[in-house]
This record gives sequence, C-alpha cells and structure tokens, in this order.
Amino acid sequence: MSQVKEPKKRKMSLERRHNLTGWAFLTPATLMIAVMSFWPMIQAFILSLQTGKANNLSFGDPLANYVRMFRDNVFMTSLGNTFLYLIIQVPIMLVLALILASMLNNKDLRCKGLFRTAIFLPCATSLVSYAIIFRSLFGVDGFINTMLIKFGILNTGYNFLGHATSAKIIIIIALIWRWTGYNMVFYLSGLQNIEYSVYEAAKIDGASPMQTFFKITVPLLKPTILLTAIMSTNGTLQLFDESVNLTKGGPANATITMSHYIYNISFKYVPTFGYAAAMSFLIFILVAILAFVQMKVGDKRD
Amino acid sequence: MKRKILSALLCVAMTATMLAGCGGEAKDSTDDKQETTDDTAGDDAATDDAAGDDAAGDDAADDSAGGDQKLTVWCWDPAFNIFSMEEAGKVYQADHPEFSVEVVETPWDDIQTKLTTAATSGDLSTMPDIILMQDNAFQKNVISYPEAFVDLTDSGVDFSQFSEAKTAYSVVEGKNYGVPFDNGAVIAAYRTDVLEQAGMKVDDFTDITWDEYLEKGKTVLEKTGKPLLSCQAGESDVIMMMLQSCGASLFDDDGNPALVGNDALKKVMETYAALKEAGVLVEVNDWDQYISTMTTETVAGTINGCWIMASIKTAEDQSGKWAITNMPKFKDLENATNFSNNGGSSWAITANCQNVDLAKDFLASTFAGSVELYENIISCGALATYLPAGDSDVYAQGDEFFGGDAVSAKIVEFAGKTPSNNTGVYYYEARDAVATAMQNIVGGASVDDELQLAQETIESQMQ
Repeated sequence: MSQVKEPKKRKMSLERRHNLTGWAFLTPATLMIAVMSFWPMIQAFILSLQTGKANNLSFGDPLANYVRMFRDNVFMTSLGNTFLYLIIQVPIMLVLALILASMLNNKDLRCKGLFRTAIFLPCATSLVSYAIIFRSLFGVDGFINTMLIKFGILNTGYNFLGHATSAKIIIIIALIWRWTGYNMVFYLSGLQNIEYSVYEAAKIDGASPMQTFFKITVPLLKPTILLTAIMSTNGTLQLFDESVNLTKGGPANATITMSHYIYNISFKYVPTFGYAAAMSFLIFILVAILAFVQMKVGDKRD
Repeated sequence: MKRKILSALLCVAMTATMLAGCGGEAKDSTDDKQETTDDTAGDDAATDDAAGDDAAGDDAADDSAGGDQKLTVWCWDPAFNIFSMEEAGKVYQADHPEFSVEVVETPWDDIQTKLTTAATSGDLSTMPDIILMQDNAFQKNVISYPEAFVDLTDSGVDFSQFSEAKTAYSVVEGKNYGVPFDNGAVIAAYRTDVLEQAGMKVDDFTDITWDEYLEKGKTVLEKTGKPLLSCQAGESDVIMMMLQSCGASLFDDDGNPALVGNDALKKVMETYAALKEAGVLVEVNDWDQYISTMTTETVAGTINGCWIMASIKTAEDQSGKWAITNMPKFKDLENATNFSNNGGSSWAITANCQNVDLAKDFLASTFAGSVELYENIISCGALATYLPAGDSDVYAQGDEFFGGDAVSAKIVEFAGKTPSNNTGVYYYEARDAVATAMQNIVGGASVDDELQLAQETIESQMQ
C-alpha cells in the first residue's frame, strides 16, 4: 500500500500542477471578463431597480421600472417592431444565406471568389453609412423612385420611409442586404467540413439536388445553422443603427426598435437611467430565453 | 519551482497592467478624439494628456496655474457659431493680449451625450470651459444637473439687454445660467419669381392668416405645381413654431403636460393636417432633403428660424429671387401673432471651468457687450439677440440676395415681437409625442384621440 501511495501522490501533484498552469492562463481572461462584463451587468441590474431622473436615483418599489415598461405604449410598440423584424427577417436571411452558400460551394462554378466577395462585401460597410445610403436610395426623389418613374411604374415619387408598412419593409430589406453575406460565410466554412464523397455517393444512389440539400447539407450543417440563428436573434433584438439612421424610428414610431427607445430615454429625453437599465435587462432576458429555446429545438444530438 | 513562482508572478503582473492599461487607454482615447477634432492647439492638448493621466481633472488647472489665459469652447458649426466664437476671441484679445480661445468642433448631439455622461458619473473633468447649448435643452440639462453649470446672475452680464423671450430659455428658478447667442426668430421666405407666375407678390403673404395662406398656397400649387412649404416628417418644428406664435406651450405653468384641452394646439394640428392634405405642405424624410427642396426649386418658400437663410443662400443662382416676411397667424386665437421662434442657442459656463472669472468677463464683454462683435459676425448670418446691436448701421444695410431688403433689421424687429413660451424640462419628450400624433392624424386618426394618447405618453415618460 505504502509503495503504491508514493507514485500516486506524485501523479496527483503533477495533475494538479497541470491544472494550476491551466488556471494561471485562464485567470487573466476570466478576471477581465468578470470586471469588464459581469460587474457592469450586476451594477446595471442594481440600477434597474432604482427610479428617478438624472442623478437623483432612489430605491423605491423595486419592480416599478419593470411594471412601467408594460404600460409604456412606445416601448410596447418598439417591442412589437423588433419582434416583427426578428420573425420575418431572420428566417428569410438564413434560408437565403444557406441557398447562396450551397450554390457557391459548387466545385465546377467559375469565378467563385468573385461571387463570394460580392455577397460578403456589404458586411464591410459601416452600419451608419449603409443606413444613410438606403435612406437616400428610398427618398422621395431618390434612386429607386427615379427608376420607378422612368419605367412608368409610378407617376410621382412614393415616400417609402413615410409610410409605416413600406418603412418596415425597407428596414428588413436593408438588414437582409447587410447580413446575408455574413451568415453565408459561416455556412461556407461549415460546408468545407462535409466530405465531398458523401455527395458523390448520394449522386450515385440517384439523389436529386433537392434531396441532397435537405437530406445531407442541412442535417450536417445543423450546428452552424444553430449558431447563426442564435447570433442573428441576438443581433436583431439589439438593432439600433438602422432605426436611428434609416428611419429615425418614424413614421409615428412605426419602425423604432427597443435599443433606439432606450437611447432616447437615456440621452435625448430627461435621463431616466434606472428605467433604461430595466429595459436593457428585458432584452437580455429575451435573448437568453430565445437562445435557450433554439438550442433545445435545434440540438438533437442526444 | 522558482520558475513556476516567477511565471505566476508574471501572470499577476500582466493582469494588473492589463487592467490598469485599459483604464488609462479609455482616457487616452477620449483625449485623442479631442485632439483630432482640434485644429489649433494640438501641442497643448498633448501636454494635457500627460497631466490628465496622473490626476484626472487637472487639465484646466494646469492651464490657469501656468498663467495661461485660455478658454476651451465646444460648439458645432464652422460657418456660424465657431466662426462667431473665434471672432469674439479676437475682440477680447484686443484688450487682453494674453487671452486665447480654443474651439473644439463638437456636434450638438455629441455635446449632449458627453454632458450627460460626465454629469452622471460626477466627473466633469472631460468638459470644456464653455459650451454652446440649444435653448430647447437648457431647462432639461440645468434642472437635471444643476451642479454642472455656473450661475451667471451676478456675473456682470446685463441680461436686460437681451429680449426677454430669449433670456427666459436659460433662466432656471430665477437664476441666469446662459448668455443668449443666436436668434431663432421665425421668418417666412418666398420665391418672388414663383409667386409672380401665380400672379402674387410677397405683400400678399405679409400679415396674413393661416386660412389665407392655405387658399393662396392652393393657387400657387395649381398654377406653378410648387408647394409653399416643406418640412421634415417626424419632426415637429412647424407645429412648435405655430404654437409659439400664439404664445401657447405644451406645458402649463406648473410643468404638467397640457395637450388635452389645449385649443391652440388643436387648431395647429388641424391646420397642419389641412395644409398637408391640400399639398401646400410636403414632408420629406431628412434634413438634406429638406434643404434640397429649396435649393433645387421644388418649393416656393419656407417658414423657419432665420438661421435657415444661410442654407437658402447656398443656392447662389437664386440670388435676388427670394424675399422675407413674417409668418401667417391664427385668426381666431387670443394672443396670436405673426411672430415666433425656432431654435437658437446660448453660451453656458461649465462647473469644470477653472477660471470662472475670466470666462464670465469674456462673455460679458463680447457676446453681452460688444456691438463690434455682432457687426463682424453678421456676414455669416449670426443675428444678434443682443438688442443694442440691432441699432447698428450694419443691420440697416440691404441684402442683395433678398432683393436689397434690409433683412437683418427686419428680423431683429420680428424677434422683439415674439411671444415667449414655456419649453419645460420635458420638451423633447413632448416634441416626439406630438410629432407621432401629427403623423397619425395626417394618416386619418382623430385629433382628440391622438392628443389624449400623446398626453398619456408624455406623462408616462415623465415618471
């Protein structure tokens, strides 16, 4: 027993030393994340329980801010808008990205690099500048209206951003334009991990392109699809630049997003940081719930 | 084992420096930003950098300790208020050769964000000595952060030399916090050549009512195809101008929102909707499109604060084709006038200013004491709210662009007749709620319902 004990002890300490080294490497990053991310999150939560204007914050009814947001008709409008973008834009974008990715993954396609670059390029533009470009494109005397008039489809310019429905559609189009390429790159890299022989085998077995897509590509890409779905959901719930720069939240708050309203409450209006923090926390909770649901639905690998 | 301890120590040291480094970096980057926007005194900012890292907030103290008579100012328009501030610096330099002013170009939205951030964190060291503040935001900022501003009541500035309506924006609880600067008196500008095609003259639009404006606007639209007025959708400038011309406000004297049962506001909303429906008023989506409706001749006129003249004048080929008169008034409303105000700003001294006496004396002897300054800056369209400047000969000179009319003197006269209104602390909340209501009304909703809803929105946001 005593003979065995000696080496065992040494082995333990070796393992422990390895562990310690691992932790030593992890510590800086962990500390940084804790100080930079988690501590502000805790502070924001404490802030969200406070009411009052500017610096005159006080702890009153702890849930006052959380109750208030459900009675705030502008916030409810912004919540509705954000979910509309989420429900319509994310599926269209992901399906489009998937189709484009599997098309561009074709071995025999020429100028692949060119097409990939062209589709990815929108992601290289800044959010603010592309929003401003879309605004001028869809202006009353903008490019789109000029074209429609030239082709005789319209007689006078249509104020796309001045009507609730068309303004929402334009934000969705802008988002799809901006983010499809980004998601496509994820799918392309996911597709590299699928053996080409699998497709060949399917072809020999007489599978149609549709069948290969649904029976091979989609199931094998599932982890990537899950990742992009969660990222897009997260991004859409925090949508800010498009609402501020493209439509300014108008007409009549028809396109305002939650983050835009939080910004208004914090900086444009008399600052109510407690309420703003509470709304931010609602977004955080929504992101967490949606990510959890998507992981439960999407991840069926035992 | 020694090596292990050493590496552990290194790790700790690394973490510590990383954390410390990040804190320092954040500060550096804000300083860098100031440096890049700053054209004149890059060297000074660099020395401040070093001082700022050792002890935050010492920047300005260093300046005064070194006997440096320098003031830092934030304002936003190179052609207008930055130019004016630099001219004021020159005027003051004549008597105080040591003095210098450093203007950092900062858009208003950025000033607001930086002010909110600095005042909320309680660390004002990032603020300059003087900022230019939008009149509409003055009450909000001073009431939210009284400790961030310097009381100017007994600073030697003679506030009776300014129009009362203008000074009222920067008075909080009986104390003056701002030195009034530019004039936002509303003018109605018309294209005389377009009106001529419709068989009308500018005189037909002087001292008229909104009903007449609507009728004449329809005629102009019919004969020339041009609307009389354009404005930005989702902004309530036109509504606020109309409202103030009746001396009415969105808030009562106690600061409570007064939208429901506000006869003036209801009349304003109905008039706006009627103008929009008739096509006499067109809405565009952003500021650039609004300006281009005038410069590309798609509209026959505009109504806005007199600072809009600078933008109208950018279309040099239209020189001599514009004329200026007063805005229409509401016929049936008590206190209604042909005069109103839109925009305008005032100078405020921040609590971070280390040489308050210098800043006070500077403002008192320039923007509140020098007719010469206002004569120098009239070339950029900066019209004085400083009343003695209105008597200057320069103001009586005609402007070729506006058909040789003495527009400056005219605007000073308008400014003197403008009724004052109560912006209240929650002005921006109210503005947005009213703009939303207006868009819904144009879309066919009932005025009373929408005003009720807007009032509820403001009340909820005032919590």
